Amino acid sequence: MIDSVIIIEDLHVSYYGNEAVKGVSLSVERGKLVGIIGPNGAGKSTFLKSMLHLIPSDKGSIKILGKNMKEVRKKVAYVPQRSDIDWDFPITVLDAVLIGTYPLLRLFQRPKKKQREWALHCLERVGMKDFARRQIGELSGGQQQRVFLARALAQNAEIFFLDEPFVGVDVSSEETIVQILKELCRSGKTVIVVHHDLSKANDYFDQLILLNKELIGFGTVAEVFQPEVIGRAYSSQFNWLNEMGVSMP
Amino acid sequence: MTFFEAVLHYGFLQKALMTSSIVGIICGVVGCFIILRGMALMGDAISHAVLPGVAISYLFGINFFFGAVFSGVLTAIAIGFVTQNSRIKHDTSIGIMFTAAFASGIIMITMLKSSTDLYHILFGNVLAVRSSDMWITVGIGFLVLAAVYLFYKELLASSFDETMAAAYGLPVRLIHYFLMTLLTMVTVASLQTVGIVLVVAMLITPAAAAYLLTERLWMMIFLSAGMGVISSVIGLYFSYTYNLASGATIVLAATAIFILVFLLSPKHGIIWKALRIKRKRASLT
Repeated sequence: MIDSVIIIEDLHVSYYGNEAVKGVSLSVERGKLVGIIGPNGAGKSTFLKSMLHLIPSDKGSIKILGKNMKEVRKKVAYVPQRSDIDWDFPITVLDAVLIGTYPLLRLFQRPKKKQREWALHCLERVGMKDFARRQIGELSGGQQQRVFLARALAQNAEIFFLDEPFVGVDVSSEETIVQILKELCRSGKTVIVVHHDLSKANDYFDQLILLNKELIGFGTVAEVFQPEVIGRAYSSQFNWLNEMGVSMP
Repeated sequence: MTFFEAVLHYGFLQKALMTSSIVGIICGVVGCFIILRGMALMGDAISHAVLPGVAISYLFGINFFFGAVFSGVLTAIAIGFVTQNSRIKHDTSIGIMFTAAFASGIIMITMLKSSTDLYHILFGNVLAVRSSDMWITVGIGFLVLAAVYLFYKELLASSFDETMAAAYGLPVRLIHYFLMTLLTMVTVASLQTVGIVLVVAMLITPAAAAYLLTERLWMMIFLSAGMGVISSVIGLYFSYTYNLASGATIVLAATAIFILVFLLSPKHGIIWKALRIKRKRASLT
């Protein structure tokens, strides 16, 4: 039996009155590493945020782990774009990762030794344990992204959503992050990644969601990477190629 | 008689000292969250927006605490409404709403009371603090500190990464208005000490100085509260000794502390920074 952890039916989302996601339906199976790709302004981040119920949808339904998002929020970890974070915030690496344990704590309950050790363990997994006491702004882009992955790990979630995790990240950090994401999927977690770079999609993802407001393609990388499918998503960006006499399918 | 002898001698000065110290602490604590969330202008706006609420409280003969919280939170909601439902940017919306509230407050107070009362509300009159005022301040102080202590985890998570906090189910809108409510309460407590016009300085100046001194939020909160108290005591000293408006002297004391920290902070102070750069350049030649 196929175990679908995310089922989306006819999702419509608008952003300041502009339709950003039009009628997307798809389902994601447990244990898959799925990339969301598409041209700039294709509504990739909006789609991700609407799956998380951070942006209200106009129409359609989203089922996460068979339930409404509100009931399963704590089982869902989110890693924001690096540009969304104030890196001057007075917080250490360890305390930032500890926030990942907050969803598991009750109101008024504070993180204790147990949570600290768990957070340190998560930092160790991303190779950042030695930086636990640093202020987060002192790290390089790749190190920062690894810390935020550690925070998501600390949450012990079932589904991980990452928004452009490889922007401004060095090669070795990118490799570490991809390795951990693959490990997560092998252990039965599901990972959804907004990604802009087509070149490495083949090595990284089991499946791709190709989006340009509408769902253009969804399937294995080989299925989505057909000239005809890619052409439909990126056609507007290839106009200049046409004008130069290069023909696109 | 020196300031210190006077403090021991006069009840009104003891009340003034007590009240302004509490104001220093709670402004310092709440101010940390205000500056970390980039809401300094919002802090200024909400403190001004308290004025019509104070006037309405006079009109109905209720404690001005209730009216102030009402008009402060109402203004915060109006600001949010205009921002979310039009293309008008947040700071513009703040500017429109708080000046409107402040202007109507000025008219209402002048009609209901007198220009002298208006002057005292706007600029503070710490030496006229009555016992009942002091106890209100103590009560508000206790409430604000308890709220920040109890909800520290939620305040930290939503201030640091609001999207992640919302994703795991924190009611981030509610936390925003909760903080706005704390802000109006702090403003009410500060009415007599520094007055409405200058309370924003007590919110952001000590917090900004603390921000330059530490990389840990809880430490920033303690430093900010400490510098708030020191500013209050120094300010009160000059206010009493030279017969100056207490709000102004307290704010300038806070500014003086900020300037010292700005110059001398070990990590972020401009003097040490310049020295480090100079040493680095020297080592390269």
